Amino acid sequence: MSDRSIKTAGTYKRTGLGHWIRQRRINKNWQFYVMLILPLLWYVLFCYLPMYGVVLAFKKYSAMKGILGSPWVDPWYKWFMKYYQSPYFARTITNTFILSFSSLLFGFPLPILLALLLNEVRNKTFQKFVQNVTYIPHFLSTVVLVGMLTCFTNRDFGIVNKLIVALGGTAENWMQVPSLFRSMYVGSGVWQNMGWDSIIYIAALAGVDPQLHESAYIDGANRYQCMWHINLPCILPTVIIMLILNSGHILSVGFEKVYLMQNGLNMAVSDVISTYVYRISLLSSNQFELSTAIGLFNSVVNCAMLVLVNKISKKVSDVQLW
Amino acid sequence: MAQATTRQVIKHRRNSRQSRGDIVFETIVIILLALLALVIIYPLYFVVIASFSEAKAVVGGDVIFLPKGLTLDNYMECFKNGDLMLGYKNAFILLIIGTAVYLFLTILCAYPLSRRDLWGRNGIMIFCTIPMFFGGGLIPTYLTVTKTLNLHNWAAVILVGGVSTYNMIIMRTFFQTSIPFELQEAAEIDGSTPFGTLIRIILPLSIPVICVIGLYYGVGIWNSYFSALIYVSDKNLWPLQLFLRQILVNADLSAVDGGDVADMARRAMRAEIIKYAICVLASIPMLVIYPFIQRYFVKGVMIGSVKG
Repeated sequence: MSDRSIKTAGTYKRTGLGHWIRQRRINKNWQFYVMLILPLLWYVLFCYLPMYGVVLAFKKYSAMKGILGSPWVDPWYKWFMKYYQSPYFARTITNTFILSFSSLLFGFPLPILLALLLNEVRNKTFQKFVQNVTYIPHFLSTVVLVGMLTCFTNRDFGIVNKLIVALGGTAENWMQVPSLFRSMYVGSGVWQNMGWDSIIYIAALAGVDPQLHESAYIDGANRYQCMWHINLPCILPTVIIMLILNSGHILSVGFEKVYLMQNGLNMAVSDVISTYVYRISLLSSNQFELSTAIGLFNSVVNCAMLVLVNKISKKVSDVQLW
Repeated sequence: MAQATTRQVIKHRRNSRQSRGDIVFETIVIILLALLALVIIYPLYFVVIASFSEAKAVVGGDVIFLPKGLTLDNYMECFKNGDLMLGYKNAFILLIIGTAVYLFLTILCAYPLSRRDLWGRNGIMIFCTIPMFFGGGLIPTYLTVTKTLNLHNWAAVILVGGVSTYNMIIMRTFFQTSIPFELQEAAEIDGSTPFGTLIRIILPLSIPVICVIGLYYGVGIWNSYFSALIYVSDKNLWPLQLFLRQILVNADLSAVDGGDVADMARRAMRAEIIKYAICVLASIPMLVIYPFIQRYFVKGVMIGSVKG
């Protein structure tokens, strides 16, 4: 193979498609492009085709004609207007925002703190033990998690209510108390993901230069000061990157858990955008266009947040995603 | 030799210079972490001991630290339940097919993109990253899959997952940083084709990352219910999580049929306790796999997370 190309190298034209291909080594690497065919086909079919399907937000869908053949709606913003004017607009947006913001508020700093504390433990066995224990809940499914919550807080049989009654309170079915929904959602989320989310910070802490600690010790710093003034600033870039990435989800709360925790009594606080979209499209009335429009609105807000936070971070701290 | 001694001296000094403040600090840290571990482990522990206890003891609040009236009845009841067993079988089949397909696609995507000499690499990379930040949303995806591509049931559930760009980047970073490029070049000089290099050089050296990514995918497939909820209409094809949802969350008592138990109150009580056994049974497969993969785990995750 290589022999032949050396022999004939002189006779090749230096222009044309063949030259262009050889220059970029595409002829030698063609098998790599063959490997890429299947994954890229998957991306086209399952990511980019649906992305194009977003035009449905500006159309009147008819099942016979498909997405492409369906006619456009007259004021192009008809479905957005409909969402804006619907009584669910304020409720779903507020609930989504509050849920994801409070999840971020509690779920974001705690893993960092956990990683910093774990890093201070010298007994490796204890450190590994705590680490592995905190990972376990991550492997439970959402259904099991919500099932556990339901069992624990059951009015008649749940252990939480047994405790409350023993302390002199009154038993209640917590899953049906609207005022408890948010704290239960956020609390169980932190319980489940705290350990798992700390992994990335533990990895970052492993990369902190030990010489920094050496010199700080010589200057008389104690371990507490080292943690705050060396370890934390050293992992700050990672922290900021994670914060930027998380801010891109500010208007998307995981559907699975909210939907499972939802019931008729707590709808006022548990109805979020994704459950509303599901309800009006696949569950009951087939309002495909409206739900596409809401989904698009949601994506756009998320993207805008991502770009915005990235910009702010670039200004303030020089750390950025792109 | 001299260096070793200096290092020892420093180490010795650092240990002896543990001031009282440092000792107090470390003690507080250890207490905090121990408390945290307790808070995290206790609910799980409670589920396990409750699942081995008699219904009356759990409902009466007597089970706190140890199981009362050790029994396997709760599990026997689960095994008798046809729905649960069907769900188990379906979930296992989905797990195996899904993980294999996802790993196959992810490796085929990550390996070419890890090659520095691949023309168009950055463009393809951007093409793969855009869906991470912008997606079509529920309905366009649903219509594309069911109408345009005409996929239903398991085919839809499996294929909608496909490549996770995040995992693909982790794998690509691993190929790039942990396997010397010279190794691939040497193989190619000896006449290996890219496919040959992938199978004989890259894959054997990437067991850690493949295990970790496989675990990610496996846990994801096992635990998710949403795509099954919208794409699987035939109840005989439901994976475990959908049956679980019916029993645990929607509290459908008919699914857990006591049979000989006559009165409602006792039946409700039994159903409540069986839920604990169901929780344990549903979580065990993932928790059992985890320790086997855990040794690869730190290595694989660290590489991906630090640089990806």
